[in-house]
Amino acid sequence: MLEVRNLRSVYGRIEVLKGIDLDVQTGEIVALVGSNGAGKTTLLRALSGVQPITSGEIRFKGQRIDRLPPHKRVELGMTQSPEGRQVFGPLTVEDNLRLGAYRRRDKAIDQDRDRIFTMFPVLAEKRHLLAGGLSGGQQQMLAIGRALMGRPKLLLLDEPSLGLSPLLVDQILDAIVSLKKDGITVLLVEQNASAALAIADRGYVLETGKVAHCGAGSALLADPKIKAAYLGIA
Amino acid sequence: MAEFLQFLISGLTVGAVYALVALGFTLIYNASGVVNFAQGEFVMLGGMVTVFVSAAGVPLPLAAVIAIGVAVAIGLLLHRFAIEPARGASAVTLIIITIGASILLRGLAAIVFDKQFHKLPAFTGDTPVDVLGAAVQPQSFWVLGGTAVVVLALYVFLEHTITGKAVLATAANRLAARLVGINTTTIMALAFGGSAAIGAIAGILVTPITLTSYDVGTLLALKGFAAAMLGGMGNPLGAVVGGLLLGLLEAFGAGYISSTYKDAFAFVVILIVLFAAPQGLFGRRVVERV
Repeated sequence: MLEVRNLRSVYGRIEVLKGIDLDVQTGEIVALVGSNGAGKTTLLRALSGVQPITSGEIRFKGQRIDRLPPHKRVELGMTQSPEGRQVFGPLTVEDNLRLGAYRRRDKAIDQDRDRIFTMFPVLAEKRHLLAGGLSGGQQQMLAIGRALMGRPKLLLLDEPSLGLSPLLVDQILDAIVSLKKDGITVLLVEQNASAALAIADRGYVLETGKVAHCGAGSALLADPKIKAAYLGIA
Repeated sequence: MAEFLQFLISGLTVGAVYALVALGFTLIYNASGVVNFAQGEFVMLGGMVTVFVSAAGVPLPLAAVIAIGVAVAIGLLLHRFAIEPARGASAVTLIIITIGASILLRGLAAIVFDKQFHKLPAFTGDTPVDVLGAAVQPQSFWVLGGTAVVVLALYVFLEHTITGKAVLATAANRLAARLVGINTTTIMALAFGGSAAIGAIAGILVTPITLTSYDVGTLLALKGFAAAMLGGMGNPLGAVVGGLLLGLLEAFGAGYISSTYKDAFAFVVILIVLFAAPQGLFGRRVVERV
């Protein structure tokens, strides 16, 4: 589904991605974990095309996409729910979801919106309210729902659990697992590494712009070194 | 009473033009964060192109359409060759680019046309209409009606079409807009084209009343900017209200105080707004929860 080779990117003079290699197979949940500033968000933004890269290759469904503008990548079936609940605040919940399907021209948009409402019933209740007035957890659900409205083959999720109560974290993680059943491949960036690796098929540990470890989610969870360094479990 | 009404209607007429200029500012500011000081030149182009094309024998309605087309083309060129290449530059740089574009357009107009004042015939005659004792030029109704149509069309576009909502989304959060697949470059081009059309329409409507020349854009841009600031930069409703208020202020100020200071009122307004309430009347208050 996704192949990343030797991807490099800079912010000003600082190299944030120092040659990333990463693969996501069709149908997998892949977790990308690592400490603050490891380059996780930069990597997702580079994949979506909103962060320039200096070198390297990105292939999506076998096709080179690293020179394509962001909207072409959305059209090919890769959408992203960005970090920090970046909803369209002055627009309604419904409009936010409708804009998630901006690139689509088919007739099933309303039907998909109703599925998002089934998935996150609280959004259905607030469908006519402005997104900016929702709580943090509701905005997070909306951002995920909006990304799903693009009918992605590959969904990039950046920190979906950030700042949420444990109850909401569980609800979001359950939703991610259910996406897999619907045939959506997920690349999940999380600070909450143990929760992310627990639901992931495979995981990558990023450290200052490089892949430090990779392997099955359960194997990474069980590795004492990784536990101590990233999961805060001695 | 008749005098009051006279000032009221002339204030609203001038204010409608400021409102259209302010809407042009707002549309571009929302889509791109750029304050486009060439906005007044779109108004000038609307009037001047109509004058010269109709003088060449083209019927007035067709000349007006051609003028709008010319302004839109220049708006798109401005975006493509001056704003787009400077993407990512600071706000100050972009503002200086638009000031440069404004000087260039003024200079070109002085060469292509001339430096004289020009008049268009009023659309439906010059016989004043009596409104409760006030003598109103029929063209005033064209200006007010035309402004209402433009405001309504813009409202319908922004609130009821998916492309309009994409403009609002781009204004609200550019990163998220790009991530849902909105081509923000296209949206910006659309904003420049739309602003140019709105400016040109204002120029065509008002030229029978105020005359036009190659350099009318400067003062109109400043007045429109003052109106946009007064209403709250980035708010379309604020732009309209700010424009009408500024027009009324000028008309009543000129009528009851002194017409010598007519143009000063706009700048007094800018100063008061900047000192006392920089967010303007309808400025975006931060309502988003964190």
